[in-house]
Amino acid sequence: MSTINLEVNGVPVTVPAGTNVLDAAATAKIAIPKLCYHSDLPAWAACGICVVKVAGSPKLIRACALEATDGMKVITHDPELQEIRRTVIELILSTHPNSCLTCPRNGTCELQTLAADFGIREQRFESNVRDIPADTSTPSIVLNPEKCVGCGRCVKVCQGLQDVWALEFLDRGDGTRMAPAGDITLNESPCIKCGQCSAHCPVGAIFEKDETQTVYNGIRDESKHKVVQIAPAVRVALGEAFGMEPGSIVTGKIYAALRRLGFDTIFDTNFAADLTIMEEGSEFVERFVNGKGALPLITTCCPSWVDYMEKYYSDMIPHFSTAKSPQMMMGALVKTYFAQKIGKTADEIFLTSVMPCTSKKYEIVRDENMRSSGVQDIDVVITTRELARMIKQAGITFDSLEDEPADESLGIYTGAGTIFGATGGVMEAALRTAYHLVTGDELEHVEFESVRGLEGIKRATVDIKGTEVRVAVAHNMRNVKTILDEVKQALATGAELPYHFIEVMACRGGCISGGGQPYGGNDELRKQRMAAIYRDDVDQKIRVSHQNPAIKALYDDFLGKPLSETSHKYLHTHYTPRPIYIK
Amino acid sequence: MAYQHYILVCGGTGCESNKADAIYRALQRETETHDLTHAVQVVKTGCFGFCAQGPIVKILPEESFYVEVTPEDAAELISEHIVKGRPVTRLLYKEEQSKEHARVDDISFYQKQFRVVLRNCGFIDPEEISEYISREGYVALERVLFDLSPQDVISELKTSGLRGRGGAGFPTWMKWNFTREQTSDQKYVVCNADEGDPGAYMDRSILEGDPHSVLEAMAICGRTIGANKGFIYIRAEYPLAIGRLERAIAQATEFGLLGKDILGSGFDFEIEIRLGAGAFVCGEETALLASIEGERGMPRPRPPFPSVKGLWGEPTVINNVETLANIPVILTRGGEWFAKIGTEKSKGTKVFALTGKIANSGLVEVPMGTPLRDIIFNIGGGIPDGKAFKAVQTGGPSGGVITAEHLDTPIDYEHLQELGSIMGSGGMIVMDESDCMIDVTKFYLEFTVEESCGKCAPCRVGGRKLHDILTKISKGQGTQEDIDTMRQIGTAMQRASLCGLGQTAPNPILSTLRYFKAEYDAHIDQGVCPAGKCKELVHFSIITDKCIGCGLCARRCPVLCISGERRQPHEIDQSKCIKCGECFTACKFDAVLRA
Repeated sequence: MSTINLEVNGVPVTVPAGTNVLDAAATAKIAIPKLCYHSDLPAWAACGICVVKVAGSPKLIRACALEATDGMKVITHDPELQEIRRTVIELILSTHPNSCLTCPRNGTCELQTLAADFGIREQRFESNVRDIPADTSTPSIVLNPEKCVGCGRCVKVCQGLQDVWALEFLDRGDGTRMAPAGDITLNESPCIKCGQCSAHCPVGAIFEKDETQTVYNGIRDESKHKVVQIAPAVRVALGEAFGMEPGSIVTGKIYAALRRLGFDTIFDTNFAADLTIMEEGSEFVERFVNGKGALPLITTCCPSWVDYMEKYYSDMIPHFSTAKSPQMMMGALVKTYFAQKIGKTADEIFLTSVMPCTSKKYEIVRDENMRSSGVQDIDVVITTRELARMIKQAGITFDSLEDEPADESLGIYTGAGTIFGATGGVMEAALRTAYHLVTGDELEHVEFESVRGLEGIKRATVDIKGTEVRVAVAHNMRNVKTILDEVKQALATGAELPYHFIEVMACRGGCISGGGQPYGGNDELRKQRMAAIYRDDVDQKIRVSHQNPAIKALYDDFLGKPLSETSHKYLHTHYTPRPIYIK
Repeated sequence: MAYQHYILVCGGTGCESNKADAIYRALQRETETHDLTHAVQVVKTGCFGFCAQGPIVKILPEESFYVEVTPEDAAELISEHIVKGRPVTRLLYKEEQSKEHARVDDISFYQKQFRVVLRNCGFIDPEEISEYISREGYVALERVLFDLSPQDVISELKTSGLRGRGGAGFPTWMKWNFTREQTSDQKYVVCNADEGDPGAYMDRSILEGDPHSVLEAMAICGRTIGANKGFIYIRAEYPLAIGRLERAIAQATEFGLLGKDILGSGFDFEIEIRLGAGAFVCGEETALLASIEGERGMPRPRPPFPSVKGLWGEPTVINNVETLANIPVILTRGGEWFAKIGTEKSKGTKVFALTGKIANSGLVEVPMGTPLRDIIFNIGGGIPDGKAFKAVQTGGPSGGVITAEHLDTPIDYEHLQELGSIMGSGGMIVMDESDCMIDVTKFYLEFTVEESCGKCAPCRVGGRKLHDILTKISKGQGTQEDIDTMRQIGTAMQRASLCGLGQTAPNPILSTLRYFKAEYDAHIDQGVCPAGKCKELVHFSIITDKCIGCGLCARRCPVLCISGERRQPHEIDQSKCIKCGECFTACKFDAVLRA
C-alpha cells in the first residue's frame, strides 16, 4: 500500500494513501473535534466543526472529507479555528434542548462532550428548539426530532449502510428533519428496526424504546417465576458500560448481576442457538441431501433481516429457514418445557430477554407464532444498554462481581452457540453440525476461518467428504442484495446455484455490533468484540451443538428429534410478504 | 436584404407576459392582410433588454423603436409605418430629456452597452437554427472539430482571459484543462442554468434569445475535454427557455450539429435537459450535480472538485450559461480580440439585470471595468421620482452594497470584492433614499434562510439567528451587543459553511454594517428607522394645520383607515394602519407626519 507524507501542526506524519485528514491528525496524536463524522460512513461534511487550515487554500476545509495528500500542511488548532468551532457548537446548542439530565444519552452524548470540552458555560444565542412530537410507533426505537442536530448519520446509515430507506431528509433550512418520506410513521415505513440509526446518533434524537420499567414490574410480581436469557453478543460488550476493556468476556458476571436483580432462573440464549443449529442444520440436510425444500437455504435468526426480506424480497420466502430465532426458541421452551418441569403454567412465568438488538423487541410480537406457548412467549426485551442502566441503578459494582454459572438446563451451551454473536457464526456453527449430520463423523478442526471477519460478503466452499457445499455470508443489510441477485439470476436461468446456504445479519459485524449495544461502535471495537466471541468459543469444552448434553436431553425428554411435530409446533414459524412502497 | 422590412418583436419572458405573442400574431395577420408577406418578415426574437419599456417592437431598416406596444397597435404599425412609410410617433421611444424620437442606436440605454453575450438576442429568431447559423453560428464548433486541437482551444481561452460568470470568476480555461487532464472513459459537460438570484434573469434571456450559442459552446467543451454527454440543468419555472432549448436541441440534432458523428467528424455529443424544482442551492455546483443524479440537492464537500470527481463521480466541467455563451465568439474572433475588452484581470463583458429603483430597468451588457455610475445613470437613466441614490446591491443575496462614494469604481471581480461585494451572477438592485438598509438586509437573509438546504450547521442555524437578530433590530429591540453577535456568527458562517450559499449569506449584513452602521445605530440607540420602512418604528399621523382635506391620502390608503370630511383635516385610525407609507408619499402638502 502506498503511503502519504504530510505535516499536521508541523509534525511530520506518514499515513496510508486514502486516509482522511481527521485520521491523519489522529496519527499525530491530535484529536480534531467533530460531530457528524462517523468512521462507518462516508464523510457527510455537515456539522462544520472539524474545519482545518490547509496551506494553499484560502478556505477552511472539513478534515473528515479531505483526503491527505503528499506534502500537505495542515493546521488543526489555532485561535481562529477554536473560535469558529466554538461558535458553531454554540449555534447547534441553541437549537438543542437543555434537558441533558433527563436525556437517554446523558453521559454518552457527543454534543454534551463537545460542550464540556469547549467549556461552554452559558447559552449565548437565543434558544429556539423545534416542537415536533416524537415518533414512538415502533416497538423498538423512538425518534425524537426535538433533539436532532441534523448530522445526517441516521439517514446515511439507513440508506447507505442498510439500504432500507426508512429515513430521509425532509423539509429544508432550519426546518430540516430526519423522518420517513411522506411523513408517515416509522412503523408504516420500510424501517426494519435494526436500530443502527440509534447506535450512530450522536445525541438523544433516536434511542431504544426503554422497557426497563416493564422488567422491574415483572420482577416485583410475586405471582411470577422470573426467567431471563442473555444473547451471545451481550457477554462481550456489556463490560464496556462499566469501564472494562472492550472485548472483555463477562458472562459469569452477567449471570450474577441478573440474579441480584431478582431473576429466579438464568438461562442463556446460546443454548437456544445450539438448538437452532439442530433444527436449521437438519433443515439444511433435508433440503441439500434429500432434496426436500428450496435451496439455497437462508438463515432467519435476525428479525431485521426477516422484516427486510418480507418487505423487499418476499419472493424468497420459500428459501427461508422456518426455524425460529434462538430468542424465540428459548421463549417457547421456557413457557412449555421448562414450565412443566417446575410445575408452572405458561402465564406464571415472566420471561425477559437481554439482547444486543432493538429489533428483538419487535420480534416478540411479530405474529401469532410468537405465542406458541399460548401466551406471549417472551414478555419483554431489553437491550444491552438498558441492562447496563438497571445494573447501575441496582448499585451493583459489576466489574468486581464474582462469576456465577447459569441455571440448568437451558443455560448450558457450546462454542457453536456463542459464535452466533458474530457475522458468519451461524454459518460456522451450522457447518460444524451439518458435517456430522451428513457424514456421521466429527470434524477434526471445527474452525471455518473463511466465514469470519468484517468483509461485507464472505463466500466459501466447504468440502463435506467429497460433497461441495457453497456458502455465503452477508452482513450490513446493503450487502445482501449482491448475494440475492446472484441467486435470483441462477434461479431464473436455471444455472447452477451459486450457494446452497446463506447467512444474513442486518448489522455490520453481526449481533456484536447490534443496534442495542453500548455506544461507540466502529470497526476497531467490532474486531475486539468478535475476537472475544471466538475466544469464548475456544474456551468451551464442547464446540459443536449436537454434542450439547442439554440439547440431547431436550430432544429425549420433549422434542423427540429435529424437525419433529413438536419441534414444528414450538420452534418453527412462517413468513408473510409485507409489501412497501417501492423506493 | 431579402425583405424590405424586418419587424422584430421581443419574445423575452417580460414582453411575453405582456402579450408579445399576441402582438406577433397580430402583426403577421396584418402583413398577410396587406399581402406583404413577400416584403416583410415578422420575427419573434429573444429579449431586447430594455424591459422597462416592453413590449417592444423594432422595425428595420429604419431602426424604429416602438415601446409599450399592444396587439391593437399592430394594424396601425403595418398600415402606417410599412405601407405609408410614416412612423407611428405615439409609440416611438423618447428619451426623457429630449423631444426627439430616438433610433435604436441613439438610445442612451443602448449606447454605452457592448453586446458580446447578447449579440444575437433581439436580432434573431431563437426558434430558427438557420438564423443563428447566418450570424456565424456553429462556425466555432466546425473549427474546433476540424482545425483546432483541444490544446488550441484551451490556449485560446487562456488568451481570452475568460472567467466564470456564475459568481466566483474562476478562469474558464483552467477548469476545462483540469477536466481534460483527467483520465476517464466518461466525462460530462454541465450547463448551470439554475439562475436563482432574486431579480436576475440574464441566463434565462440568453437561453430564450440565443439557445444555440450555449449548445455550441457545450459541444466545443465536450470535444475539448473528451466528453460525449452534456446536461443543461434549468429550473422548471423557465418554460419559455426550456421550450426554446428543446427546439434548439432538436434542430441542431437534425442539422447534424449535435448527436452522433457531428459534421462527419466522428465526434458524438448529446445534450439532455434536466429540470430543477427551483431550489436556490441547486445553483451551487455540487448540489446541482447531486440533483442531476437524482439525489436531494445538497452540496458536497470540495475538494474533490467536479473537474476531478463530478457527475456520478466522473470528471465534469460545469459552467454557467453566460460563460458558455461567450465561448463561440471567442473562438471565432479570437482570444486576443476578447482580451481587449475589459480590465487587466477581468476580460470581456458582463450582463447585469438592472432592477429596483431605476428608471430603465432591464438587461444590460457592458465591458468589464465600466463604472457603476455609467450603468446606473447613463444606461439605467438614474433614480425615478427625483429621489436620491442610496446604494446598489450586486451579487444578489450573496453580495453586498455599494454606496454613492464608490459609484466611480470600475466594475470587475477584484474591485467589487474590495468593496465587500461580489460580481455574483449579475443581479444589480438599486436602492434609493426611501429604502431602509436593515429592511433590505432582512429581505436577503429571509431569502437565504428560506433557501438553505439545511445540511450544514453554520448555515442552517447561523442564518436563522442572523435573521432573528435583524428582526429584533428592525423592531427597535436590538442592542449594540447584537451587532457583535452578528459579526461573530457571520464570520463562523463565512468560514465554516459547506457551500457558497452559507459562506456568502452573511455578506449583506457585514456589508451594510460597513457602510451603514449609522442606520443600525439609529434603530438600536434611538429606536428610529430613518427611512421610515421598519413598521414597528414608524408612525404616521396627519398634521391638522397643514391638511387641506383633499382626501387623496384617504383614497390611496389600501386599508381605508383615513377618514375626514372634505376640506377638513383628516385623521388616521392607528389601530388599522399597516404603515405602508402610501399617505406619506401621496400628500402634496407635507401634511402627513412620519415619525
